[in-house]
Amino acid sequence: MEKQDYTITLYTENSIGMIGRISGIFSRRKINIESLNTSPSEVEGIHRFTIVIHESEEVSRKLCRQIEKQVEVLKAYYNTNDELIWQEQALYKVPADVIAEKAYVERLLRQYGASAVVIRHDYIVFETAGQREEIDRLTKELTKYGLIEFVRGARIAIIKNSAGFHAKLKQFEREEPAPDFVDNQFLDKNQQVFTM
Amino acid sequence: MSTLEKTETKPIASCETKTQLSGSQAVLEALIHEGVETVFGYPGGAIMPIYDALYDYNEKLQHILVRHEQGGIHAAQGFARTSGKVGVAFATSGPGATNLVTGLADAMIDSNPIVCITGQVFASLLGTDAFQETDVINITTPVTKWNYQITDATEIPSVLAKAFYIARTGRPGPVLIDITKNAQLQLFDYEGYEKCDHIRSYRPKPIIRQEYIEQAAQVINEAKKPFVLFGQGIILGKAEEEFRQFIEKGGFPAATTVMGLSALETDHPQHVGMLGMHGNYAPNVMTNECDVLIAVGMRFDDRVTGRLDKYAKQAKVIHLDIDPAEIDKNIKSTVPVWGDCKDTLPQLTALINSNDHSSWLQEFRELEKEEIKEVIQDELNPTSDVMTMGEVIRVLNELTGGDAIIVTDVGQHQMVTCRYAKFNQSKSNVTSGGLGTMGFGLPAAIGAWYGDPTRDVVAIIGDGGIQMTIQELGTIMQFGAKVKILILNNEFLGMVRQWQQLFHDKRYSFVNITSPDFVAVAKGYYIDGQKISERKDLYSALKTMLDHDSAYLLEVMVGKENNVFPMVAQGTSVSEIRLK
Repeated sequence: MEKQDYTITLYTENSIGMIGRISGIFSRRKINIESLNTSPSEVEGIHRFTIVIHESEEVSRKLCRQIEKQVEVLKAYYNTNDELIWQEQALYKVPADVIAEKAYVERLLRQYGASAVVIRHDYIVFETAGQREEIDRLTKELTKYGLIEFVRGARIAIIKNSAGFHAKLKQFEREEPAPDFVDNQFLDKNQQVFTM
Repeated sequence: MSTLEKTETKPIASCETKTQLSGSQAVLEALIHEGVETVFGYPGGAIMPIYDALYDYNEKLQHILVRHEQGGIHAAQGFARTSGKVGVAFATSGPGATNLVTGLADAMIDSNPIVCITGQVFASLLGTDAFQETDVINITTPVTKWNYQITDATEIPSVLAKAFYIARTGRPGPVLIDITKNAQLQLFDYEGYEKCDHIRSYRPKPIIRQEYIEQAAQVINEAKKPFVLFGQGIILGKAEEEFRQFIEKGGFPAATTVMGLSALETDHPQHVGMLGMHGNYAPNVMTNECDVLIAVGMRFDDRVTGRLDKYAKQAKVIHLDIDPAEIDKNIKSTVPVWGDCKDTLPQLTALINSNDHSSWLQEFRELEKEEIKEVIQDELNPTSDVMTMGEVIRVLNELTGGDAIIVTDVGQHQMVTCRYAKFNQSKSNVTSGGLGTMGFGLPAAIGAWYGDPTRDVVAIIGDGGIQMTIQELGTIMQFGAKVKILILNNEFLGMVRQWQQLFHDKRYSFVNITSPDFVAVAKGYYIDGQKISERKDLYSALKTMLDHDSAYLLEVMVGKENNVFPMVAQGTSVSEIRLK
């Protein structure tokens, strides 16, 4: 099966050691994590992991099942890029004289929507947010002009067709348990039953 | 010597009154509330407060002092397997905790409900490379279902309640709770113990969806050649009766995995044998002949499936499992029936047609005749002078009638025992299936006996495996577990030797293992025993062993270079199973 970027979104309890617990599931299978972000989610007390891997659909699906087996994980989703609104943030430290002398660089930064965060006499720090390819392109360009420092943040992503976790969480509570679904490729393909 | 009389277990603190307890006392209170009567363990510096408290709980909790922490956890596993309850092991920090790791991995892959309690250095010393400090939580994360470190005694009741709940529910597994010494010593207001029955992020038992059942029933009712594979899920789900009704109504031939052995009695007319690398001929071949494969509580391990891309490609697959991660993991299912088989099997039985697949079953029996002729006959009734492992098991069957708990270690003797041992009742087979842990047998047998002391426990172990955990003879000596140790000695690490013979040009690389005088070693531990090497002594020696009123060690010398057949060689299909 063809590999592509999959973004795995997890809703977990906010307990110590979760990152290690989750990352072990990937490293055990020798799968590289391209990007990992943890943050609060839309539900208070529930943590959200956003993990990017470059893998096949089958591997991503099986990984999600293994991750969901962890006692403190409530739910794992995996999505392709076009099912998501996603962004990564980047910071660039560029020599101030380059900006002053080379109009092209200033144009470039404007073109990529970068804005200055700090302006000093010796360097300027720019910030930009966008998709990986844009950031990579800008980085490549700026490298030519003596880019001093560069850092890119982890991907954060919103699932387009998700209704959020408030409703889902209710299914996990004792009062309103609801059936969960095992999706099954064979049946999905043959349109017999079972979809997510 | 230990006493097995049950003393009344009355918690020292009731729910209504507030009592000051130490963390250690709270740990033991938790065990009592969870119905624990036997603990396997080994003390040490960081768990001393718990052992100090144990001194006062001697009446309520039986503590078996093992000789090595690995022995402790394997014993807890054996206990869990024969009792159906949670097995409990104590160990200290550092080396005590790391010695548990093999057992945890074994319990994880074989789904044994275990709670391990380890001592840990004072919370103030965490991360300082203190004496006997190891990061046991991180070390054990991949081999536990759940683990947690307690640094504050007030957490102890609720965390232990969670631990027992997680260990025994859903797909069972090992849980490790690491408790710092300060938390063990800390006094706190104990507000009673409340059992856990819900964790919002943990769903042990899915709500069954009716369409799974209906679809599965439809596929089964259309089947001409249905074939049932069953695993330990039946035993763990306590669904032996539900399973029997299911296969009897449907008339399905049923084959077991190594871990599923004894879930259905060996003599059941629809039991067609064991699956897998050294399983029976018919079930392996028929896997690629059936039209519907119904897998119940098993996980399509690679030792069962052989080459995946040639496994049951012609068949529709119905997979009943409680763990959704197992569904479609190795074998794509046509209908996944996600749920506890205790619940799903009766629902499915209600919807399937009564059927009699006797001519299909007969096809299995025909293949079985071939296996008897080519393999079994010679193995069970050899014409050569040297004894075979198979004939030892045959005579053992005659003597026990199939009522004994059979514990095995790992290797040739294990496969031979799994192939030929007779089982009349569930929870009678204790072996390290998934991890293949040599050294499992002896300590697991000790635990198995405590798990069900009313039954005979026979530990069948090779000359290699026994030497890995032979120190547990000391545990038997001190506490009197009535374990019958049957060493099948072929003077080789037999299974590796077999592979070297078949696949490495007979280059026997370090498989020639010498042994001590096992009978003398046993004698050193005040355990009676004998060694035999002639067939004429076999029956009476086994009888002496079984009749002996305490532990006994019998060493039987068997053929040095016998091989276990049939065999599905690695990388080949189940239908390419070799008879010789």
